[in-house]
Amino acid sequence: MNKINRIKSSLIDTKKEINFIFNDKKYIGFKGDTLGSALLANNVKLIGRSFKYHRPRGIISHGSEEPNGLVEVINDHYNEPNTKITTVELYEGLRAKSQNCWPSVKYDLMSINNKLSNFITAGFYYKTFMWPSSFWEKIYEPLIRKAAGLGSLSLSNSSRNSEKGFLHCDVLIIGSGPSGLVSAYIAGLSGARVILVEEDFIFGGSLNSETFTISDMPAQDWVKFIIKELNKLTNVKLMKKTEIIGMFDHGIFGAVEKNKYKKIDQIFWKITTKKTLLCSGSTERLIPFQNNDLPGIMLSNSIRSFVNRWGVKSFKKVLLFTNNDDAYSTAMNLIDNEINCIGIVDTRDNPKNVNPKINVYTSSQVINAHGNLKLKSVDIINSEGKIINVECDFLGVSGGWNPNIHISCHTGVKPEWNNKILAFTPGKNNISTHLETAGSANGKFTLNECFCDSEIKIVQILSELKIKPKKFVIPMIEKDTFNIDPFWFVESGKKRKWVDLQNDVTVNDIEIAYNENFRSVEHLKRYTTLGMGTDQGKTANVTGLAILAHLSNKLIPEVGTTIFRPPYVPVSLDAIVGSATYKNYKPIRLTPTHNWAEANGASFTESGLWLRAEWYSQKNEKNWRETVDREVNSVRNSVGFCDVSTLGKIDIQGRDAQDFINKIYSNGFAKLPIGKVRYGLMLREDGLVMDDGTTARMSEDHFIMTTTTINAESVYRHLEFCHQCLWPEMDVHLISTTDAWAQIAIAGPNSRKIISKIVDSEFDISNENFPFMACKELTICSGIKARLFRISFSGELAYELSIPTQYASSLVSYLMEVGKNEKIIPYGTEALGVMRIEKGHAAGAELNGTISALNLNMDKMVSTKKESIGMILSKREGLRLPDGLRLIGLKPIDPKTQLTSGSHLFNENDNRKPENDIGYVTSSCYSPTLKSYIALAFLKNGTERFGEKIKVSNPILKKETTAEICNPIFVDENGDRLRG
Amino acid sequence: MSYNIFKIIREGLRGNKGWKKTWRNPNIKKKYDVIIIGGGGHGLATAFYLAKEFNIKNIAVLEKNWIGGGNVGRNTTIIRSNYLLNENEAFYEFSLRLWESLEKQINYNAMVSQRGVLNIFHSDAQKDSFIRRGNSMIINGADAELYDVNKIKSIYPFLDYENSRFPIKGGLYQKRGGTVRHDAVAWGYAHAADKLGVDIIQNCEVNNFKFKSGACLGVETNKGFIKANKVGCAVAGSTSLLLSKADMTLPIESHVLQAFVSESIKPIIPGVITFGAGHFYISQSDKGGLVFGGDIDGYNSYAQRGNLDTLEDVCESGLALMPTISKARLLRMWGGIMDMSMDGSPIIDKTHIKGLYMNAGWCYGGFKATPASGWCFAHLIAKNYSHSLSENFKLDRFKNGYMIDEKGQGAQPNLH
Amino acid sequence: MIINHPLLGPRDLNEFIYYGDASLLKRPKWDDKNAEDKFYKYLYLRKNIAGIHKELWFHQQGDRSWLVVTRNTKNHEIIKVELATEVVKGLDKQYEQNK
Repeated sequence: MNKINRIKSSLIDTKKEINFIFNDKKYIGFKGDTLGSALLANNVKLIGRSFKYHRPRGIISHGSEEPNGLVEVINDHYNEPNTKITTVELYEGLRAKSQNCWPSVKYDLMSINNKLSNFITAGFYYKTFMWPSSFWEKIYEPLIRKAAGLGSLSLSNSSRNSEKGFLHCDVLIIGSGPSGLVSAYIAGLSGARVILVEEDFIFGGSLNSETFTISDMPAQDWVKFIIKELNKLTNVKLMKKTEIIGMFDHGIFGAVEKNKYKKIDQIFWKITTKKTLLCSGSTERLIPFQNNDLPGIMLSNSIRSFVNRWGVKSFKKVLLFTNNDDAYSTAMNLIDNEINCIGIVDTRDNPKNVNPKINVYTSSQVINAHGNLKLKSVDIINSEGKIINVECDFLGVSGGWNPNIHISCHTGVKPEWNNKILAFTPGKNNISTHLETAGSANGKFTLNECFCDSEIKIVQILSELKIKPKKFVIPMIEKDTFNIDPFWFVESGKKRKWVDLQNDVTVNDIEIAYNENFRSVEHLKRYTTLGMGTDQGKTANVTGLAILAHLSNKLIPEVGTTIFRPPYVPVSLDAIVGSATYKNYKPIRLTPTHNWAEANGASFTESGLWLRAEWYSQKNEKNWRETVDREVNSVRNSVGFCDVSTLGKIDIQGRDAQDFINKIYSNGFAKLPIGKVRYGLMLREDGLVMDDGTTARMSEDHFIMTTTTINAESVYRHLEFCHQCLWPEMDVHLISTTDAWAQIAIAGPNSRKIISKIVDSEFDISNENFPFMACKELTICSGIKARLFRISFSGELAYELSIPTQYASSLVSYLMEVGKNEKIIPYGTEALGVMRIEKGHAAGAELNGTISALNLNMDKMVSTKKESIGMILSKREGLRLPDGLRLIGLKPIDPKTQLTSGSHLFNENDNRKPENDIGYVTSSCYSPTLKSYIALAFLKNGTERFGEKIKVSNPILKKETTAEICNPIFVDENGDRLRG
Repeated sequence: MSYNIFKIIREGLRGNKGWKKTWRNPNIKKKYDVIIIGGGGHGLATAFYLAKEFNIKNIAVLEKNWIGGGNVGRNTTIIRSNYLLNENEAFYEFSLRLWESLEKQINYNAMVSQRGVLNIFHSDAQKDSFIRRGNSMIINGADAELYDVNKIKSIYPFLDYENSRFPIKGGLYQKRGGTVRHDAVAWGYAHAADKLGVDIIQNCEVNNFKFKSGACLGVETNKGFIKANKVGCAVAGSTSLLLSKADMTLPIESHVLQAFVSESIKPIIPGVITFGAGHFYISQSDKGGLVFGGDIDGYNSYAQRGNLDTLEDVCESGLALMPTISKARLLRMWGGIMDMSMDGSPIIDKTHIKGLYMNAGWCYGGFKATPASGWCFAHLIAKNYSHSLSENFKLDRFKNGYMIDEKGQGAQPNLH
Repeated sequence: MIINHPLLGPRDLNEFIYYGDASLLKRPKWDDKNAEDKFYKYLYLRKNIAGIHKELWFHQQGDRSWLVVTRNTKNHEIIKVELATEVVKGLDKQYEQNK
């Protein structure tokens, strides 16, 4: 482990050493390093293997465009695959390893693919592996899948601490390079609420990689100065290490911030902004030539960046290859730092303003690279057509620049081609004026242009926001030009020329695709996988497009462009979910008696978001069935209670409340007397059953409606729709009181005894004065306000008692006390379900959204004499089939044979064909009352077939049995018990 | 040209210069027997089966952009036949059978991969409805198994069995379900149809129909008028717009459905898996990307993009099922326009205009239906009456009350 | 998306639940001659407009207003947001005047 010398840089603190491990070897970097810069400074060139051919690859860039430098970062509890070494800030103890190689990055056995490359070009798999067809899953595909994928996920479930948050601002500025800084400063001084986001761990963008001076300060210092000024402004929020995921409708941005706040590792921000200025800069592109993927071949500005920002000294003999002016800055920076810059190979014949210190090969091209695992030399073809071999350890390539326009495309705006800079710039956003672009993201490739463009754009934005812009003197720098000639790829040579380095797409692949008629950009992309890698085509897409244009003899804009989609950079899924994980995935709703139930041995079951007690086991009980049987028997023979607070409760008041309810329910409600409850059937407008429940009339203009648990919200929404959208003239007021009132069902022959012990003595609840379907507001337990309903789901003499939620827990304790003699028990949803099946009441399994009143044998409950929702369309032929489904009961011939829900029904002599399928079982249980399994089912023409036998078929559970068709009301058909 | 391993070797040795066009770029004829509007999966499949099974040769497929650019090129690649209602199950099982023999039929490897589809359930009520569904599948000749938690653990050991908000109670498994390389379906059908003489015409947008006394005479396009005896529309999310030119108002809304893909990672997910306590389904492609999705955004849209809330919802549901993927990174998200019908089931029918046929309302189930949809639509166009498997997918079923509503949600497309 | 609620100001999409085309406000009369046909058309047929679309949203996590939102389905731009009750009253007035 040697200490590595560095060039001096204000952004690398050589006093602060950082130890890290790569591929099991220890290295030292410094504060300010990325994993990429530290590895490069340590002369580590070989980082990983490419996706398809397992070619050796090294780092080519210094930012989020990196296609090659991908590693697995190993943490104590999990791995993070496909991590770009160019974006990871180095930290003490960082561990990383190469991926997609075995046994090691140097000796990778899968590189056999490289030898076979002629046979596995773009789209080869579409043309073979077809015979025999069973071999695809068994042999071919497993082989392909074995080779697939880059890094691997660790199978650990450990998580980072993530949170979500919301931010609002007037102007969101994306990117803190020259344009972002100037714009943020002007907007901040002018008093706008500004958020400036930067993906890097320092602000400054490209300025951190430059050595020129701005306002008499070195660029890096000017950045620090502006940031210091911005920090003074309380209306400006600076966010580094923050990646914008994308732009969504109406100025909403998703962003992930990776700054640590105490225990929080990352925050997913939803930023809502009035205006946005995109200052995301631009990315240099490569020029494909033979073997242009060897480690050591990099982007020209990245070499500059590694020298100037990170002080990397590893470059010994550097050659540059360009079609534009930018590489000349790199050359000068190398020369200034006494690094051997052999020269610039320029495709142009007459580059202007060349510093005499630079050796230039004009009208020349780099046509081939040599080396094994790293670059040794390149072949140059010079202006005279002579091929020269030049030794070098690094080649910096500049094929021009692509503005980082990605985010501007996120709301569907197509980019526009700019022929002067040979690149796409953001299209005119005719949809919304949320987003403007400035600086090199807008195709302004000189610093002076960037500054000017930023000022114009931010002033325009401020004036649209009606904020008076403050004056700010825009700094100017000397000598600032950008000229480029079109040169997209080197034509000569038959070896592979790499366009997309991650997905191993070559010029030849694009040619094949073109020849096979994959000529639309989208076809090209999909056929060759060009631009589909983790770099999202940042370095490859435009070059690929240019090659396609060349092949089809068209101009680039004629060939088209692809719209970039979110996210701008890949974002880990745990960042997006925040803390909504594991038990916190969805909120849990607890019933008012939950704690009591828990203390009294209840097991719980999910019912939507609710947890409900499903049964209360006693010590001696061997299984849940025994418990449920006991609960049912207790209720049927004495008394029990059950928390039914989860039922939806809607308070309906107003002069027109009665008429309103009469239109909501299909059955008549026009003449419900005060103090009475009625069962109501609610249809959807399409005539099928939406929900059912009871509605009680408490006074002339006050009703209380109950809904099923699952439909509480949707029924309430439906009522509001009917009121606000259909009949706003009606005097009706609706409020959901589900959470305000607890409701306890008290059922069984002894229930009146219990109720009379708790209801205050002035209220008469005798059978004569409080008969079945009566309701009353009264007080219990010496003055506690309550509502009593004499309704029954179990079929027994029963009540539902409604009390303010806070009393529920005391009430049930008290019930246990006053019911001691009657051996009162609490019962759960399972016993509730058994009793309702015994009574043939339809519930969720029957009200499945495809069922009509006729199917439920409730045709008479749809009055055609009045207006109600759903009545008209319930008359349609398909809903009125005379031999359609009917709700029936089923009893197995052998009472001990279970009838399972989900079974299909067939006539005894029919075989199991779809055309013979005549019904299905909806609910089933063991009935302790009948001492037999029973079931509810829908059967074609079923009510006409009581007493007949039917085949109950459950092939998926390999079960089949015979049952007798019967009345779905198994217990107390005439309802004597509930009236008793 | 036909494809096989020998061609690949020959071309490999000759520098891959000899590959011919997968489909031609033909000149447009003045008149066709049948014009199919829409060069997506369904349109191309229809053209292929018209030529192959129904012996009609003079066919054109008109595509306004590039073929395969609609939903066949932007879905989550799943095939399955695990429906509840017999009308649907029979049709989708037919489709699955066609998938199984597709590659031989079209001489193109669309990578039909029967890796198994597992629908997880989390409650007894859900279990009951999956049993009913599984039984429908078996009754219709499909395969279905009910898995308990231990069986699920054996294929997906990394699901959250300990800490989940909605514990996993079991699953409905269809072994024959799986995935297909979606783009290749369009290309493969195009390749095979083209070989049978079908003209595939890209960048040809239909602007209007030409009618005379209640019959369709052809289509007006950006490349001029093209005469046709019969015209079939298979334009998915654009159906309402196209058929408004024939004065039709349809039981269809266009909605956006988003899909997501992660960075490529080494294989961990063998098949397709769906979450039962939220909207989430996932598979892993042969390239290693996790391909996943959830619910539609839920509002009418013709923009091929959605909003952030759906992304959050899908990721939350995904991580609730399998926290293991939390360190995978989302690479791309995109939206497609779904033709959501009023009962969640498709429409393959004639229209009130003679010679004009429609194929629409696929909601987000269109991809797996591609072969059967093409076959049944071809049957309808060729014979002028419905194939027995699609005779319930009629337009008038809403008027007459014969909805095919798998989910029982009623006349609200965004709930299907 | 942000919906600018006429009473409560700009609100995030996730507070709302979508229903559908605002033509659902124009429910036919139940005692009309061709009521069944009219109800069928009312409930099932949609213009499914690509462009300016009037549609119903419910402020579920808010004040429980039903809103009529005028929105461009091609780019999601929202042009107008009204209370459904106000729109219906306007429709009724129109109807009376046309009579």
